[in-house]
Amino acid sequence: MDRRNFLKASAGVAALAGSGSIAAPALAQPAGARTLRFVPQANLANFDPIWGTQYVVRNAAALVWDTLYGFDENLQPQRQMVESEEVTANGLTWSFRLRPGLKFHDGAAVTSKDVAASLTRWMARDSMGLMVRALLEEIVSVDDRNFRIVLKRPYPKLLVALGKNSTPMAFIMPERIAKTDPFQQINEYIGSGPMRFVRNEWVPGAKAVFERFADYQPRQEPSSWLAGGKRMGVDRIEWIIMPDPATAASALQNGEIDWWENPITDLIPLLRRNRNVRADIADPLGNIGTFRMNHLTKPFNNLKARQAVMAALNQEDYMRALVGNDDALWKRIPGYFTPGTPLYTEEGGDILKGPRNMELAKRLLAESGYDGTPVPCVIAQDQPITKNMGDVTADLLKRIGFNVDFVATDWGTTGQRRAMKNPVGQGGWGMFHSWHAGADCINPAVYIAIRANGDGAWFGWPNIPAVETEVSNWFEAKNLDEEKAAISRLNRAAIENVVYAPTGFFLQYQAWRANVSGITKGPLPFFWGVSKS
Amino acid sequence: MFAYIVRRVLATIPVMAFVALFVFSLLYVAPGDPAAVIAGDQATPDDVERIRASLGLDRPFLIRFGEWVWRILQGDLGVSIFTNLPVSTMIQQRIEPTMSLMIITLILAVSVAIPMGVVAAWKQGTVIDRTVMGFAVLGFSVPVFVVGYVLAYIFALELDWVPVQGYTPIKQGLWPWFRNLILPSIALGTVYIALIARITRATMLEVLQQDYIRTARAKGAGQRNILFLHALKNAAVPIVTVIGIGIALLIGGAVVTESVFAIPGLGRLTVDAILRRDYPVIQGVVLLFSFVYVLVNLFIDLLYTILDPRIRY
Repeated sequence: MDRRNFLKASAGVAALAGSGSIAAPALAQPAGARTLRFVPQANLANFDPIWGTQYVVRNAAALVWDTLYGFDENLQPQRQMVESEEVTANGLTWSFRLRPGLKFHDGAAVTSKDVAASLTRWMARDSMGLMVRALLEEIVSVDDRNFRIVLKRPYPKLLVALGKNSTPMAFIMPERIAKTDPFQQINEYIGSGPMRFVRNEWVPGAKAVFERFADYQPRQEPSSWLAGGKRMGVDRIEWIIMPDPATAASALQNGEIDWWENPITDLIPLLRRNRNVRADIADPLGNIGTFRMNHLTKPFNNLKARQAVMAALNQEDYMRALVGNDDALWKRIPGYFTPGTPLYTEEGGDILKGPRNMELAKRLLAESGYDGTPVPCVIAQDQPITKNMGDVTADLLKRIGFNVDFVATDWGTTGQRRAMKNPVGQGGWGMFHSWHAGADCINPAVYIAIRANGDGAWFGWPNIPAVETEVSNWFEAKNLDEEKAAISRLNRAAIENVVYAPTGFFLQYQAWRANVSGITKGPLPFFWGVSKS
Repeated sequence: MFAYIVRRVLATIPVMAFVALFVFSLLYVAPGDPAAVIAGDQATPDDVERIRASLGLDRPFLIRFGEWVWRILQGDLGVSIFTNLPVSTMIQQRIEPTMSLMIITLILAVSVAIPMGVVAAWKQGTVIDRTVMGFAVLGFSVPVFVVGYVLAYIFALELDWVPVQGYTPIKQGLWPWFRNLILPSIALGTVYIALIARITRATMLEVLQQDYIRTARAKGAGQRNILFLHALKNAAVPIVTVIGIGIALLIGGAVVTESVFAIPGLGRLTVDAILRRDYPVIQGVVLLFSFVYVLVNLFIDLLYTILDPRIRY
């Protein structure tokens, strides 16, 4: 082939390609308005919401699997798969009836046997589920639609457990899948939710696809968070994983994606300048930043050393490091529970209020007998939230007089190291940062980080009987007033003994294209009711 | 020649064995816990421990290494700890974007850098030469992600000529496939162009001083013939060597480029796997990259014999 012929042939190929003759239709060009392109907070690396309890898995699972009950925007459990329920006067036997016509994505009917197997698997992994399991006499499958849960002792919070949105949620799976060991991953992703998971299009780390389940029967009530009718406004949802926030921002501005779950605060002014983009608070329940101390090792095994941190810690420093100068995005919390929720209290929180008292902090540290032992501060640098808080902490501890051993690492290593109970110097740790979704801090049932039952507690292993007593009192409470009283006492005990140091309450944004409607604020992205024009 | 190829292929076996041992050992001693990542932030220490046991991560090094080697010998790269998918499937899902990106980048870099280097050598000391060398310095100095962001801002966001991100498989059309790769390949190719252009210029300057070039000129050969037929062919061996070595540069750069342009390739798979401590995936991908690199070097060695008939194996 000579040069002229080569150029002619090349031009021909280019024209053919440009005309679209080579392009494959259908799959390559889905109907734009029926497909929602969503950028989630993280990669959907696995898809078993019981085995892996990351929020991103829960968020995707809520599309595919349904629950017996679902939290509404008032944080109350409402019927979802259940049509009716009854409880005996002694509170020991709960009878449930499933809605008619419920189907799994493989066409099989949802039966009470599926429910029993699913709840059994969930109970092995969830903190509230474990409590139910401890009280459980039996789960009886009466017939296809009716089942009973029989308890040894009354458990008034049972519906909260079945409908809560904290991970792991009590999702209902087919019996054959639900019989998988709760510590092993499932291999089939069959649910009865409004969307089915398109497994053959799943590229972990890049893309996950969900398609509308034609046989889904939504409830008649309007949707409210995880409750009510889950009516889908699109036929297909594509989750596109974008590790780089700048790329996601450009893609949203360019119309290549429709909805971005967690844009970083720095980019919000840029996004708002684009008339085709909207941005608003994602979750009104926000997040609580945490400064988690190790109660087993020096120096934070001494109460006065922990109180020294509380006396000097300025939540504003932490929050400004996280959200900048946008005052609408953060607030001080002299307590542990989510602001704006029924159990929020500031009881006993004086040490976190008012001007910070560095002199008091230094005095408390001296009284603790601190001998200059290095404090390993394990700070994950690959998570902007922990990195920014870690920088503030390093400065704070140095000013108080601690000998800071700043361990800059990644989240995976933090996860490993925080589980170690060794003394400092043998791989142990002094403190690490994390944060908890506000939805997980609304009451002690879902709030694993507030527990203070020693070895059974979250990392740091606080052992504070006064806190545990009030947790029990909350579970036994018969009405909201009793619950509030128990939580007030709990908050005071937790602050006085410093279960952990709260670094403040903060909110995050979400952003979407102007042609997308129906996006609501909530603890997870709710796709029902969302449509594109 | 055939015997040489066989010897070289056989020589890859101990190399790959060493890589396997090195990678496995490195991951074993590296801190981090996939069980903690899987369990999530709300999990209790007991949950984490049980997941670790179910994954077999609590077993001794030698047992785990032995099982892994045995599976590799059977052609099984194992199963991802996180996705529960075979590592081979995950690599298969990701190999097309990365190969596409690297091939386009390679073609772009070679077709731009070599003429640049040749012209710079030919016009040594002129504005053209200084411009080319200035570009080369810039290409080395500016990080790939900065080039990527600037290109995306100008050509995708402002001019809307090409997409900001993503990848379209080639089976969905040549143009959609190519369109998504234009910016990433330019971003990734910049440093590669700079490298090849500099080497080409330096080698050409040396060759252009040779007696046979003077002879060719004396015989009345045209400038184009002298540059591209006589000089470039004789300068080809070092240039090809650098192109081969630069493949490692491309593999490293692909990790960043794929993140900036949200391309679902092997680079991102590697980074994700490392951050999550997904050991089977890390081991599989590193073995693959090592194998590719060994093969590329073998190919380059064989290419020498074509470019320079004096070289015999």
